[in-house]
Formats: sequence, structure tokens, C-alpha cells
Amino acid sequence: MTETALLSVRDLRVAYRTGGGRMVEAVRGVDFDLYPEQTLALVGESGSGKSTLGLGLLRLLPRTGHITGGEVVYRGSDPEGTDVLRMEGSRLRRWRWSEVAMVFQGAMNAFNPVLKVGDQFADTMRAHLPRQRLGKAQVRERSAESLRAVRLEPGQVLDSYPHELSGGMRQRALIALALILEPRVLVLDEPTTALDLLTQRAIVDMLQELRAERGFSMIFISHDLALASELADRVATMYAGRIIESGTTPDLFRAPRHPYTVGLIRAVPPVRAGAVEPVSIPGAPPNLAQLPPGCSFAPRCGHATDACEATDPALRTVEARPAGQPSHEAACLHWESVRLDTAPAAAQDGTPNDAPAKEVAQ
Amino acid sequence: MTGEPLLSLKHVSQTFASKRGDLPAVRDVTLSVARGDVLCLVGESGCGKTTTARMAAGLAKPTAGTVEFEGADINRMDRERHRAYRKAVQFIHQDPYASLNPIRTVFATLSAPLRRHGLAKNRDEAWEQASDLLRRVELTPPANYLAKYPHQLSGGQRQRVAVARALALNPRLIIADEATSMLDVSIRVGVLRMLTRLREELDVGFVFITHDLAIARYFGAGGRIAVMYLGEVVEYGATADVIDDPRHPYTRALLSAVPDVDPGPEGRRDPGLRGVDIPSLTALPSGCTFHPRCPLFVPGTCDTAAPALRAVPGAGQEVACHVVAGKAGDPDAVGQPAGSGA
Repeated sequence: MTETALLSVRDLRVAYRTGGGRMVEAVRGVDFDLYPEQTLALVGESGSGKSTLGLGLLRLLPRTGHITGGEVVYRGSDPEGTDVLRMEGSRLRRWRWSEVAMVFQGAMNAFNPVLKVGDQFADTMRAHLPRQRLGKAQVRERSAESLRAVRLEPGQVLDSYPHELSGGMRQRALIALALILEPRVLVLDEPTTALDLLTQRAIVDMLQELRAERGFSMIFISHDLALASELADRVATMYAGRIIESGTTPDLFRAPRHPYTVGLIRAVPPVRAGAVEPVSIPGAPPNLAQLPPGCSFAPRCGHATDACEATDPALRTVEARPAGQPSHEAACLHWESVRLDTAPAAAQDGTPNDAPAKEVAQ
Repeated sequence: MTGEPLLSLKHVSQTFASKRGDLPAVRDVTLSVARGDVLCLVGESGCGKTTTARMAAGLAKPTAGTVEFEGADINRMDRERHRAYRKAVQFIHQDPYASLNPIRTVFATLSAPLRRHGLAKNRDEAWEQASDLLRRVELTPPANYLAKYPHQLSGGQRQRVAVARALALNPRLIIADEATSMLDVSIRVGVLRMLTRLREELDVGFVFITHDLAIARYFGAGGRIAVMYLGEVVEYGATADVIDDPRHPYTRALLSAVPDVDPGPEGRRDPGLRGVDIPSLTALPSGCTFHPRCPLFVPGTCDTAAPALRAVPGAGQEVACHVVAGKAGDPDAVGQPAGSGA
């Protein structure tokens, strides 16, 4: 691990324009650094802004989405760094996929259904490598090589239409397509969510191997904490558009210091021995258009005090580490009293767990 | 399991006709559930768990075998009996965004079955009963919810309304198809806990379909579990036996594939499968359908004869596997991959 970050994100803000012409912020000031050969997992529930953040990094937001502030600096071959938010036109298109590629959620929709998989590989290579004047045979050879790396049979897959492949095969083909230009960063948005357990396991193991072989970095977006813990070196929990806790994988899973991270861990029933009674988090995730004052988690939090409703806490250092190593940080006023094993039992029987503590705003 | 079975599936099969030939979605499944009992169906997509549930609920007619409710075949009942069965067995769907009518208020949704089956004579009675139902599913005070439309509720609240609707006719059996998989992690356990409480208080039986083994272990505690693969039950027994001491190589592979926050000292175990992809239902492998992927594969046996579910010495559950049935004393052989992963 070197000490310079490959991708640095500072105070990134993304907002969506809604029906009434209003702007709703889905990502509200996110900072992180991605180092070479590292995997950062962004974990959160639906509406936490994790997918928007992933799309924003590649400037792939839908038309209603806008980056309203912040900075994204990419340091590939250029140590000075490139300002991703200032890139335009062909330069941006070239940068996408050859430097930073993305594996989208739901592989069915990511491929063009009326083109054979092989043609989609060829299109990608011709668009990004026009100067190499690749011949048909070269294109096919490179596609085949990429498919073999994800353990697919190129002869079968290249001549198939997407619907002819199973879900797991499509997802692997999509990973092969994302890796074909040998990007330095791979952003994966819920890459295994629609897949079965055994297929998911095969893909996760394969990603680990590919990363070890090729040395790219990954941003792994998931709602599944356990899955994130297996793949990631660093984990960041997101809630209502902000990173509310970040640190190494052991930091977050063994010694979390934000009540939301603690709640998420305790909400998952264990499959293996140890009869820990799972506890759900009371209330429901907030409406981004009408966030509660102060800390947005306060209405659902067992640790909340009046101070929590007055200030929206910034990330505080729980444990500082030398440069290049991730510090453990949590955005909670009471982090010192938050522990995984002594969390207050927030939801007892008879308490409506998802009946909102406050009226659900619409 | 105690008492008479409330609902039993006897050798049911369901074959769909498709352009590419017959699709045997469910093959010769025999299961039963008693009052107040829980039966979890687990397996990967395409294993037939939803089709099985639809047959149990009378939403699909089996192409072979019978579904019996309190001893009577549901597809040969007279009208009166069938009406009683439809009242006693209710279904909760996966997606609370799709299963509730968007232009009906919560009250309209809940009062329709009450009025239809004559449980409420007039609007006031229906209002009273709908309020009670909402209190059951912990949406209190009910007056805050009755006039609302589904879009004004969160996902968890919607699923609670769907549960309240299922409870409206005092069912004896609820069939829930992936009822919590669309809910966020932080509220999922709350809904499961409520369902468990209803099962205990109202003595309702549950057929609970899930692909999540941890959820099956949690909700199915004290009940039974059936693991399905390509339309057949491959392992069937008490939840604790199956999840904590799985015997079928497929169940073992599934359990070892579950991601774990804290894998423990021995770390994660390799599922050890010989192949990743699930065979197509239109071209099922010969013999045991799991043999092309199975780490215990014995050539000559597993690819010629289909194993039946049978009791395994030293274990409480039934397993459909030639190898495990033959040398059940050495189940740890399953942990080691037999061939190199393809």
C-alpha cells in the first residue's frame, strides 16, 4: 500500500430535482479516500445514498441528478491528479471504463438485450481503444481472455444474447466487461443482490482472486453487512446521505461506535451457533426531503439526548492511525458510550418497531 | 410436530408446459404443517418453493398428487367446504408495494374481506374490527392508519397491513412467500417478531418461504424446515437439526456459503461444489439431480438412481442422498471438495 490515495472524494454533494422543482439532497457531504489495491465497502439501507454516490463518482447520474458541490480527484498515472468533476466530453467518456469501471446492479438491465454479448465487448473496446485499430480476431481474443478470467466459456457466451445466460453467468459476464480495459478502480453496486447464495459465494471468491492477481481497487456498495465484511479492507456505513462511521473491517464489525452501525449488526439474525436474539431498530429511515433537525438518526436512537437534535455531528476520530491507514471515525456525540455488547435494547416486544417514532412525512 | 396435520401435500408435482418442453417445477413433494406449527421452505430461485406454496394455497392445481386440508382434498371439495378452506388459509406476498391496491385506503383493504365473508354487518362493525386488526400488527393508534393509502406508508408498515389483511378472516394457516425479503434489515426482525407472536397467540400455522437461511433459523425455531433443490425436497426435519447439523451436501454447501460478519476461529468453509451453475429444469441431470455439482459424487450410483428422502441414522432429519444414507457416520467428508472447482 502506498500513501497516496488513488481516488479522493471531498465534501461530495448530490441532489435530485423533484416534481415541484425542489432539490432533494441524496448525498450530503461525503469524504473518503480509496487507496490502491484496497476495497472500500459502502454499506447502508435503501435511500442511504450509496448507489447515488457510486453513480456520482463516474458522473453517470440520471438527468434529474446533479453534483452540487465537492471534489473528486483521481490520481491514475498522473500524480497531480485529475479533477473528475471538471472532465467533459470525450475525455470523460475515455476515462470512464478505462480508468474507473462499474458493475451495475441487476445484470439483466445492464446489457443491451438485442445485441450479442460478444458485440457489446467489441463495442466497448473499439470505443475506448480506437488507436489500437484492433482486428476482429484480436477483439475476440481479448474478450475471450476476459471471460475466461471470470470462469465463463467464451465460445458459448460471446455468441449468446443476454437472455440466454443465467443470472449468475450474466453477472460474471458484466464483471468481465468491466475489467476488459484493465481499470484501476472497479465500482460494484450490489453486484450479487439478485443472485442465489451459491452463485454469490462464487462471485465474491472470484472477485477476491481477480483483485489479488490484477491489483485494482474496489468500491463495493451493498446493504449486506456480512458480505461487505468478507470483501472489504475498509467499511463506511451510510445513513441519510452521509457517511456516519468508517474504519477498518474489524473496527466496524467488532467495535462499532455509531448506534446505527451497532443497530444494523444486531438486526441480522445469525445463521451459525450462538443464539443471539436479533433486535430491530425502531422507526423507519427518514425522508430525505424532510430530514429531522440535528443528527438524522436521533429519532430512532436509544442514545439520543437533546444535544443530538441541536447539532448534526461531524465524523470524530475514535482511533487515529498513521497516514495511509484508515482511522476509525464515527459521527456521534455519544460514541464513547456506544458499544456493540451494551447497546440498549431498543425494540422490545410490544413496541411497534417500524411504526415511526415521528409521523412519516410525505 | 403435534396433532393432526392442518394441511398436507401428498406426492404433489407441478409440470408447466413451455415451448422448450415440459418444465417439472415441483416433483413428488410430501410435506405437512399442523396448527400453530411452522414449516419453512428454503432453496435457491427456481427450486420450486413458490410453486409448492401456491399449490398449498390452492392458487395452482397440482398436475399430480393431492393437497389435503384437514384430511380433505382441496381440489375435490364441495363449494361450502372450499369456501371454508379459502377462509382458513391466507397468503402474504413478497412485495407489499404490489400486493396492496394503491387506490384503496387501509380501511377499504381490511374491510373488504370482513364484509365479503359476513364477519362485519355494517361500516361501524368493520371499522371496529379493522382497528383491532391494526392493533394486532402493532400499527397504533389505528385511527392514524385506517384512512391512509399505501403510498403514505413505509415498506414495513405496508407489510404489516398485508399481514392484518391476512388475519382478517381468522385464518388457521398463513402462507408467507418471502414476506420479509423486501424490507430493510433494520425493520425486518420487527416484522418477524410480530409474526412469531401472532403464531403463538392465535395458534396460526405458517408455511414460510425464504431463501435466507438465517431468517429460516430465526422464524422457524421450534418448527420444521424443508430444503428444496430443482423441484424436490432434499432435506426435511426439525429446524435446529437441519440448520445446525445439516446432512445433505447441498444444505451443507448453502450454509457454508452464507456470508458471516464474524466467521469464528475456523473461518469460512469452502462450499466445495464441483460446478457453479444450476442445471436447467428442461434438461435435468440423471439420477440425483445434484450430482453434477456434488462434492460427494459417486460415479455409477448417483448418476443412475434418484435417491428418496429417508431417515439418516444418528440424525433427526430425512435426507435424499445415496452417499449420506450409506455412510452417515462420516458426514465430515462433505467439507472437502472432491474435485477442482470448475
